Amino acid sequence: MRKNFEKEIQHLKDELLVLGSVVEAQILGSVESLKKRDLDASRRIYETDDQVNSKRYAIEEQVMIVIATQQPMAHDLRLLASILEVSGELERMGDYAKGIATVSIRMGDEPLLKPLIDIPRMAEKGADMLHRALGAFVHEDVEAARAIPAEDDEVDGLYNQIYHELMLFVIQDAKTIERANWLLWVAHNLERLADRVSNICERTVFIATGELKELEKHDKK
Amino acid sequence: MKMEIAESVFLMAAAVESPAKMIVRDLAVFYGKFRALNGVNLSIPTRMITAIIGPSGCGKSTLLRSFNRMNDLTSNCRVEGEITMEGENLYAPGVDVVDIRRRVGMVFQRPNPFPKSIYDNVAYGPRLYGIHRRSDLDGIVERSLKSAALWDEIKDKLHQSGLSISGGQQQRLCIARALAVEPEVILMDEPASALDPISTLKIEELMQELKKDYTIVIVTHNMQQAARVSDFTAMMMIDDARAGRLIEYDATNIIFTRPKDKRTEDYVTGRFG
Repeated sequence: MRKNFEKEIQHLKDELLVLGSVVEAQILGSVESLKKRDLDASRRIYETDDQVNSKRYAIEEQVMIVIATQQPMAHDLRLLASILEVSGELERMGDYAKGIATVSIRMGDEPLLKPLIDIPRMAEKGADMLHRALGAFVHEDVEAARAIPAEDDEVDGLYNQIYHELMLFVIQDAKTIERANWLLWVAHNLERLADRVSNICERTVFIATGELKELEKHDKK
Repeated sequence: MKMEIAESVFLMAAAVESPAKMIVRDLAVFYGKFRALNGVNLSIPTRMITAIIGPSGCGKSTLLRSFNRMNDLTSNCRVEGEITMEGENLYAPGVDVVDIRRRVGMVFQRPNPFPKSIYDNVAYGPRLYGIHRRSDLDGIVERSLKSAALWDEIKDKLHQSGLSISGGQQQRLCIARALAVEPEVILMDEPASALDPISTLKIEELMQELKKDYTIVIVTHNMQQAARVSDFTAMMMIDDARAGRLIEYDATNIIFTRPKDKRTEDYVTGRFG
């Protein structure tokens, strides 16, 4: 039954995964180009954000068409409403990557305050969480979706570590304020990004169970 | 799902929102040896719209028709269990069936005005109940047609045939005819399935007005309509013995966004069958 509708839903899920993979690459690429001080790469990341936005709007439009033409109910309705929500989350995550690219571009020829170690770790962890959260979303894997938000603790831990380390630089030498602040913004973006992964997981639980509530994160902040 | 547990919940579900106008307990309806309905328990909340949905042949209309004993008109039909209206069992011996049908009116799938004038269609019921004074009837006709949102459109042609107006107007005329005898409950069996979309929306808007004063039960195949108009939705389906059963009953918002029963889910998402 409803083969055409199923096909449209599958297409939307595929498009969401494509958007997710672009955002993942943006996150990793933004930090990588910052680390290597590759300004051309940072500019490319910055410009690619337009594509992320367009893709999000295309998904949104397609969801609207499916709702208008297929009148989805129950599980289908929850899924489509969640695709709207998740595509918005992905777009915001793309903005964080663009923000990191902006920092890199603004730094210009300035060297990094310190070699980046924990920031790439944060980016890898966040991108990995995002990757698995999207997998759980399209497969409606509730167990995985409930487990992922707790991993945010690790990202928060890295953020706190980076924060204290950068503060030490500033205390020792006030001239480092600007360069420390740049890196702090980068870490802040990555921390927020991981928070948004939890929102995707919440939607997965919602689709499968109809239950809409915040998942426990054991947040230490 | 265990039927016994679920059904006690069905009686409770609506009670929190509004006191029950009618309560169905262990209802079974037989046509000869064939059991058309089995073990139905349901409470119909006062001045709310309750929709009954489910695939063809699941007993929706049979259930609807038991609310005003219309099934009595079918030969070899037998009813077990009870339906109470404000505590009074409609199936108790000695109950005045004519009075039940006055208190529980019905609107059918196809508009079926009598081949009489618009005025006489509406005045038909009150006359049957002994109201003959012209001024009384005039008042009833005007009030009923206004309640059915039809007065403004036909007030200048009250003495034209009831069949001379459009299908949508005819259906509202039938609603006015039902209202004229001051019922408490209005049963609607697919009231808009023979109408165009605009007429359908008019009927749906009218239902929202009517529920301020009346308790409404509607059978519909149109799930979007059930979702749009009703406060509560009862989902029915046939069991292995081909008898109609109530399988889920809840607030309409729940039934169409997160139903609990897989069969309801399959039906409302169009994957049934």
